[in-house]
Amino acid sequence: MDYGTTYLILAVIFGLFMAWGIGANDVANAMATSVGSKAITIKQAILIAAVFEFAGAILAGGQVTSTIRKGIIDVSSLGATPEVLVFGMLAALLAAGTWLLVASHMGWPVSTTHSIVGSIVGFAIVGIGMDAVQWGKVATIVMSWVSSPLLAAVLSFLIFRSVQKLILETDKPLENAKKYVPIYIFFVGFILAMVTMVKGLKHIGLDIKGMDAIYIAITIGVVVMFLGKVLISRLKFEMNEDISFHYTNVEKIFSVLMLLTACAMAFAHGSNDVANAIGPLAAVVSIVDTGELSQKSPLPLWILLVGGAGIVLGLAMYGRKVIETVGTKITELTPSRGFCCEVSAATTVVLASGIGLPISTTHTLVGAVLGVGMARGVSAINLSIVRGIFMSWIITLPIGAGLAIIFFFILKNIFT
Amino acid sequence: MASKNYLSGLFGPSPVAPLQSHMTLVDECVTKLIALFECMAKGDTEAVEKVYHEIAALEQKADDQKHLLREHLPRGLFMPIERQDLLDALRIQDLLANRARDIAGIVVGRQMQFPEQANERAIELVKATVETCHQALRVVNELDELVETGFRGRAVQVVEEMLVKLDNLESETDRIQVELRTDLFAVERDLYAVDVMFMYRIIESIAEIADDAERVGRRFQLMLAK
Repeated sequence: MDYGTTYLILAVIFGLFMAWGIGANDVANAMATSVGSKAITIKQAILIAAVFEFAGAILAGGQVTSTIRKGIIDVSSLGATPEVLVFGMLAALLAAGTWLLVASHMGWPVSTTHSIVGSIVGFAIVGIGMDAVQWGKVATIVMSWVSSPLLAAVLSFLIFRSVQKLILETDKPLENAKKYVPIYIFFVGFILAMVTMVKGLKHIGLDIKGMDAIYIAITIGVVVMFLGKVLISRLKFEMNEDISFHYTNVEKIFSVLMLLTACAMAFAHGSNDVANAIGPLAAVVSIVDTGELSQKSPLPLWILLVGGAGIVLGLAMYGRKVIETVGTKITELTPSRGFCCEVSAATTVVLASGIGLPISTTHTLVGAVLGVGMARGVSAINLSIVRGIFMSWIITLPIGAGLAIIFFFILKNIFT
Repeated sequence: MASKNYLSGLFGPSPVAPLQSHMTLVDECVTKLIALFECMAKGDTEAVEKVYHEIAALEQKADDQKHLLREHLPRGLFMPIERQDLLDALRIQDLLANRARDIAGIVVGRQMQFPEQANERAIELVKATVETCHQALRVVNELDELVETGFRGRAVQVVEEMLVKLDNLESETDRIQVELRTDLFAVERDLYAVDVMFMYRIIESIAEIADDAERVGRRFQLMLAK
């Protein structure tokens, strides 16, 4: 291949830029709930995000990456001209990055995932042909954009109702909180560990199957549960507040546990969203390496590392400010609500990551907040944002596609 | 990269705190009626006028807050309480302050003076009414607790007990009102007829304050029932 190294360098730069953007921008949404409810400080949030985004990207990010990389387009018709795919993937990265830049500047609820999928589909239609797009798969992905917020909403509704039943409604909310909250924590740890082991670890050379996975997931769940218990036992409660039946103490417990759910959120986000940046990169790398359209080659670990590093870099350079802004504005969400939202959003996203569906973490979180709202848990939710999200679904796909087509032809003209 | 973020826009302004602070103002305003009636009983017209101005100022403040809260409730807001219930509660709360100001206005404007035989009972009626209003305020102040539990469980029980007490307090004002009317009836022949007319009107207005305080509570019952 003539410009192999150039393609590679460009792909890494664009991929890093995209990952940087995700880290600077997107991560804030995953962490803001915890920061907003004052459960963790911004410094802690950045530290947690850095560690768990990275872990999520590497341990569980492979499945979605392979969907972005080779699930959307059928390249069998390309044959002798693998460059087309290189241009296309580079164009997709540029298009999604540009559109996100504009959208986040205007404050539109646009998702990284939707942009990249739209871009890839767009270039595939024009660059390769209508038939090259695996419409069935794309339809599944688009469906998942509707179903993931819905699932998160249903989950958070159920979790919040159970929190009401077991803790908030009772005569002794504090004691019950101490008793039941660790069980929720176990649930989160178990699901995350399970999905990671069943679907993710193959990429780093570990293959745990069947009962082993279940045992290990249970162990991890129990460990996290005890971690939660230790954190709760270190809390000091002001007992006189309890007499007038106040929920300050209960909220304190949830607030501590949001430390753990924040980890889960960051992990989930890393596992799903890193693919948006490195999926196209991976596609380019495999073509340059082998000189052909190999759909079989495994995902090299260093690419996941690039994605993880990009996210952490963006977070460190810019994320602080964004987390601060978002966090200070969503104080309406008390720890008990934030807890329910994060648990259900993280679970939904990790499940999607396991199946290899690229979804939007933020939209899922919005769905979760609505679920708690349905259970009369939030004092006021601005529905115009929800309308905006629906609009963004309709707009992002054609715009991402259009931009990708433009960039595709520009790149093609430069290099051929 | 980012300058605005939509997630932060997801949470609308909570109507709970403004509703509570409005009711606090209203309660303060109604409470001033005790001072008004005590000054009136002493025949201290200067003091009566001073209290009237305080009441008017508080009523104005409550009114401003009402408008502010209404403006802060855009159509697309999704709340655990019906928008209509909330606005109704707000309207009734505001009515309490309006009535208090009207009463004070009549007292000042007509230089009212209850006959000695009725004075004590009149103050008693005002105090009982203020007590009803206090209770309504307590109910409104439970709203954040209700939101916290998601309108379920213990907090609902607590509010329901409060509502029962609110009803009882209101019945108490009815009882005193009847007695006051009897007292007044006994001496009304010796008084200037137009004055007596206004005395009855004031009694009626005070009773209406108690009624409306109870209605504030009723609105809450509706919110709970959903």
